Amino acid sequence: MSEAEVYEKVVGVITPFAKNADALAAISRDTNILDDLEVNSARLVDIMLEFEDAFDIEVEDEAADNIATVGDAVQLIVQKTS
Amino acid sequence: MTHKVVITGMGVLAPNAHGLTAYERALRDGVSGIRFIEKMAENKFACQVAGAPQGVETLAHDYLTDEDLLAMNQSMIYTAIAGIDCWRDAGLAEPSPDSEVDWDTGAIIGTGIGGMDTTAEKLIPKVNAGKVRRLGSTLVEQVMSSSVSAKLAGILGLGGQVTTNSSACTTGTEAVVNAFLHIREGRAKRMIAGGAEAASHYIWSGFDAMRVLNRRSNDAPEKASRPMSASAAGFIPGSGAGFLMLESLDSALQRGARIYAEVAGGYVNCGGHRGGGSMTAPNPEGVIRCIQGALELARIAPSEVDAINGHLTATFADPKEIANWQNALGVSAADFPLINSTKSMVGHGLGAAGGLECVAATLQLYHGFIHGSLNCEDLHPEIASIESSVVQKTRPFDGHIIAKSSFGFGDVNGCVLLKKWQD
Repeated sequence: MSEAEVYEKVVGVITPFAKNADALAAISRDTNILDDLEVNSARLVDIMLEFEDAFDIEVEDEAADNIATVGDAVQLIVQKTS
Repeated sequence: MTHKVVITGMGVLAPNAHGLTAYERALRDGVSGIRFIEKMAENKFACQVAGAPQGVETLAHDYLTDEDLLAMNQSMIYTAIAGIDCWRDAGLAEPSPDSEVDWDTGAIIGTGIGGMDTTAEKLIPKVNAGKVRRLGSTLVEQVMSSSVSAKLAGILGLGGQVTTNSSACTTGTEAVVNAFLHIREGRAKRMIAGGAEAASHYIWSGFDAMRVLNRRSNDAPEKASRPMSASAAGFIPGSGAGFLMLESLDSALQRGARIYAEVAGGYVNCGGHRGGGSMTAPNPEGVIRCIQGALELARIAPSEVDAINGHLTATFADPKEIANWQNALGVSAADFPLINSTKSMVGHGLGAAGGLECVAATLQLYHGFIHGSLNCEDLHPEIASIESSVVQKTRPFDGHIIAKSSFGFGDVNGCVLLKKWQD
């Protein structure tokens, strides 16, 4: 899967959890999942589970803790799937 | 000093209607919300009919965001729909995620069983499969007993006491009594009160196993809920949500709110599982004390009660309930108040029942009618003496007091007295 494809899929997973519609409309790799999209911090657990299902990977807790932006998630997933 | 308490808003999501206008019409016209339930047949229930609100999936998206719905089960969704309706009906400012906290309003939203659909469909299968990690973050907020009140508080920005009560089939009425006492004592200006219960075959299964559901009417759903009938053979499970906005009279007058009725009194108690009472049957003395306690608090004489919206589920307990009312009021059969059962149309909403029925009682008082009780053409012989009081066809009503009573497993009782509001 190309990096662009991973990015699209990551955005698709995060979209239902985003509470800030303006930030979602302007989403980029630099968008902070909690601060910009205003995702409820508890829901990061659910987003990681959806990444696992969508990309057939396992996201360890330590790796999940290091994801702050959309780009961080894309980078981690590209590493795990390449 | 105590405060007068009035009803300034209502919200309802019932098996036979959503919204006050539709619910009033359904009550007046005797529209049954009881339907055949595929899931009950598939799972070999003896009773295969129930009352469930219709069109909820579409409604949910009208009222809630996708993000909200990620962590909401049925009873929470029902609560949100009826709760938002109740808030709007009370004429309060439209809430948004950024609106100010309303420190003057709280909520007592009861549920009898709670999030059993989530427990059965998600929690147990995953835990048993060793997939605890896969439960995600949304389980706790859906299975905690207070899920219904907690979510509504977030939607509306409530800043008063927000809690969930649970007392089986008395739940919704108990919530109204508790909220009434709360405002009466000056602890809050407004409280949203009532009950919610999911439509889930998991919730209904235990009642089916107890053989307290009517298993004889699967081919005629609209005839299945038969309170006060000689051919009553058990209740029909129901679900939904019904809420009242209770408000201090001072606050209601100050903001020019429309007043539906006064809550003149209310009482809750328990029969202690003595004197014929048990986990599943009421101690008559407890019931009588409950009714009389409500009358005393309201300073209303027994002869002033014009109508009773009964608990009346369509079990063997219906004639006993009526006998308890006769003893509590001390009136002759000829002077017995009018009586009906909303469950004849919506089934037994369990924790939601008191809420759905308090809304029905308030609508009847405000709009001046008493709805007909369906399916009691063959009146139970033990209540033949009050036949003229049993309302079978909707009729006009110019009375001033309607009593709403509920009784539940655990030998618990609740009674609310609603009084017509006159400016």
